[in-house]
Amino acid sequence: MHRISLKIGPAAFRIASAWRQPLEQLKGLYQDYPVPTGDSVDFTVLLEPEKPWRRYIRPSVHIGGDFWLPDAAPLPLSQGLLAAEMGMNLQMALGWRRHLLLHASSVEKDGKALVMTGLSGSGKSTLSAMLAERGWRFMGDEFALLGLDSGEITAFPRLISLKNQSIEAMQKVAPANRFGPEMKATPKGDIRHLVPPANAIAKMDEPAKPALLLFPRFGHAPELRDMGKSEIFVRLTQASTNYVALGEAGFRALTRFVDQVPTKAMDYQSAEQAEELIDGLWSRLP
Amino acid sequence: MRDARPLVNALREPASVEALNGRQWTDLISIARAESLIGSLAHRLKPVTVPDSVRAVLQDAIEAHDLARQQALWEADCARRALADYPGKIVLMKGTAYVAGNRAAGVGRSIGDLDIMVDRKDLPVVEASLLDAGWEWVKPDPYDDQYYRDHMHELPPLIHRERDRMIDVHHTILPLTAGPTPDAAAILESAVRLDDGLYVMAPADMVLHSIAHLFADGDLAGGLRNLWDINHLLREFCGADQQFWNELGARAKVHGLGDELARALRLAASLYGTPVDQGLADRSASADSFYIRRLLARDGFGRETRKFTRFAFYVRSHWLRMPPMMLARHLWTKWRKGGKPSN
Repeated sequence: MHRISLKIGPAAFRIASAWRQPLEQLKGLYQDYPVPTGDSVDFTVLLEPEKPWRRYIRPSVHIGGDFWLPDAAPLPLSQGLLAAEMGMNLQMALGWRRHLLLHASSVEKDGKALVMTGLSGSGKSTLSAMLAERGWRFMGDEFALLGLDSGEITAFPRLISLKNQSIEAMQKVAPANRFGPEMKATPKGDIRHLVPPANAIAKMDEPAKPALLLFPRFGHAPELRDMGKSEIFVRLTQASTNYVALGEAGFRALTRFVDQVPTKAMDYQSAEQAEELIDGLWSRLP
Repeated sequence: MRDARPLVNALREPASVEALNGRQWTDLISIARAESLIGSLAHRLKPVTVPDSVRAVLQDAIEAHDLARQQALWEADCARRALADYPGKIVLMKGTAYVAGNRAAGVGRSIGDLDIMVDRKDLPVVEASLLDAGWEWVKPDPYDDQYYRDHMHELPPLIHRERDRMIDVHHTILPLTAGPTPDAAAILESAVRLDDGLYVMAPADMVLHSIAHLFADGDLAGGLRNLWDINHLLREFCGADQQFWNELGARAKVHGLGDELARALRLAASLYGTPVDQGLADRSASADSFYIRRLLARDGFGRETRKFTRFAFYVRSHWLRMPPMMLARHLWTKWRKGGKPSN
């Protein structure tokens, strides 16, 4: 088995693979990230052939590890990098319990965090990547880690996973050397990974106090709407992968978050519109 | 070492982990997670000095299992309320019983389904009450359903439609087709009542059920954990009362589990250093090394190894459960249906 260890935010991973290729790609894209101290990690991700002969013949990558799902579909070796990223997400989603995990993107300015959550396609990932090129610090586009006692957001700035049209949009604003290989026709469409800006990696151990929560929705005329607290709460429980697993600690952290963080639903049709709406809200924060 | 020995060593001798390096810790954690023993390990390593990064992982495991314990007790209480009108004894089994009875084996133990045992003649009443209270059948296949009812020691599994939790309702501790025929009436007769009105098996029966579950009813999947349960139960019951060995031997005769008891004692002593009664353990031990080979069949990434040994024990598990003609008919039916042979 080939192997590599990575530290992303507070979590350390060992990724072991029957093939060298996905790990070489990871090594290149994560070269500026720190190495886990002492070589002990929180989770192991396993990339193995689905069947022994599928190591060589039409290689097919099964995603496993310490935590796994029985029905995870295998990916072709050309999408091995995606398999590794999905494997790390899976370990976090099923195994991490030092924070409440929200399926959300987050960016930071002046020590304060903007958290964006919503369904797939809402644009939360692209918006965070865009804002990261315009003066905000990127904290993550998959999970926002909410501290159970501190109430702060801890960064989890893994590679930004760009899908379909957002690949082209980001290629206009980010330098070419930060992009990973393009993977066509994956189960999630076309995917290309983007290495976060250097300051996102350098400052990944600095948490931020959540100051604004947005539920963005792409494709509608620009508008901001209020939401009821109970609706926010229920939508966040659905956006959390470990809310139930944390029991009372998760409930306390989430109720406090909903109580304290101003929240809006935001419709937008372009990054410029979104940025304008966000800047307006941000300038009026207490 | 390329097997699960590091986990056994850490459970047996917690202080030994102080010599581990980072990579060895990572192996140990992956093995313990794969064997569902991470919670037990975390509790066992509480008094030992470990690196901070490892302590965080172990603390996660302790908290995850605290919640699992609470959920298991809650699920048992839901069953108690659903069966409030049932006058017979409801006996908790396995993990839930260890937790409800405050046994050392319950500390940090992972618990999945709720297992209960009731009198066989009362199965229709119990089944109806559970269906009434929101449990539903998991296996809609009529062949599977009939197979359970005719030949197994339990009803087909039920799942609660709102809580998504499974319950297995047993009427004895081994399939009806297996060689040994444990005395279910004797188990119910001597079961011990808890404060809330539920029951757990008397100590000797609790040990023997765990042993039957490990050796006579499966392919040894999860075997290290089951043997760790047995280690705890033996230390607890025998440490308090040396007479317990006599009782255990006598009770094993009642249930026809003398050979299984002897093997369990030898393996627990060999792997976990459990102090055991030599008179009960001392029999032919030629096959023990194959059992140990199977129990330790896992590498440092938590992967299953020794495919051939695993397969041999899989075949053996079916062989033990069914007479040859019945096994052939069962596998034929399963094959025609296009499914894998299942337990």
